[in-house]
Amino acid sequence: MGLDIAFWALAIIGVAAALAVVLQGNVFRAALTLVLCFVAVAGIYILLSADFLAAVQILIYVGGISILIILAVMLTRDVQHGSPSNKLMLPALLVAAVFLGVLVYSVTNTPWVLSVSQPVEPTTAALADKMLGGGGFILAVEIAATLLLAAILGAIVIVREK
Amino acid sequence: MPSVGLLHYLILSAVLFSIGLFGALSKRNAIVILMCLEIMLNAVNIAMVAFSRYIAPTLLTGQVFAIFIIVVAAAETAVGLAIIIAIYRRHDTIESDKINLLKW
Repeated sequence: MGLDIAFWALAIIGVAAALAVVLQGNVFRAALTLVLCFVAVAGIYILLSADFLAAVQILIYVGGISILIILAVMLTRDVQHGSPSNKLMLPALLVAAVFLGVLVYSVTNTPWVLSVSQPVEPTTAALADKMLGGGGFILAVEIAATLLLAAILGAIVIVREK
Repeated sequence: MPSVGLLHYLILSAVLFSIGLFGALSKRNAIVILMCLEIMLNAVNIAMVAFSRYIAPTLLTGQVFAIFIIVVAAAETAVGLAIIIAIYRRHDTIESDKINLLKW
C-alpha cells in the first residue's frame, strides 16, 4: 500500500516535471524542472529496489548533467528568447500521441512472464560482481571508460577558444 | 485499483518517452531539445530497471544496461553541449531552424 502511494506520487511528479520542461517558456526554469524530473526517476529506482542506480542517478544526472545544462543555458544567453515551438508542433504532437498509443497497446497486450523470486538487495556488491567478475561485462566497462575519455577530450577540443 | 506492478512502470516509461519525443520534435532551442533527449533516456532506463526487477530479479542485467546507458548519456550531453556552445560562438544563435548550413 505504501509502495503504491509512493509510486503514484513519484509518477505524477515525474510526468508533471517532464511536461513542464516541454511546455515551459523559460529555458532556465525548464532546466530546473528537469532536475525535479531526474529526482523523481531516482525515487522510482528506489521503488524498484535498485539502490545503486538511484545513487548513480542522483550523482550523475542531478549532480553532473543538470549542472552542465544550466551552465550551457547561462553561456548561450538565449533565455530571453524563450523556448518557442517550431512549425512541426501539431505533427509532433500527433506522432507522440500515436507512439504512446502503440506502446501502451503493445505493453498491455503482451503476456509477461513475471518472476516470483525476491530481488537482490543491496545491489552494489552484486552489480560489481556482474560488471567486473568473470563472465561479466568487463569488456564493456573498459570500452565505456575509453568512450568517456574520448568524449571529454572531444568536448574540450570543440569548445576551446582558438 | 490494482497494486503497482510491471505494467505501471512500463506505462510510466512510455508516457515519459512520448513527452520527450514530442519536445525533441517540436522545440527550436537546441538546449531544450537536448533536455528532452535526457527525458527519453531516463524513460528507457525506467523500463530497463522495471524489466530487471519483475522478469529476472536475480540476474541484474537490466541494471547493468541502465548503468551503461547513463554513461553514454553523460558523454552525449558533454559533446552535445560543447557543439551547441561552439555553434553559439560562431553564429550567435542556437535555434535549430537557423542552423541550416548543411541543408539544401
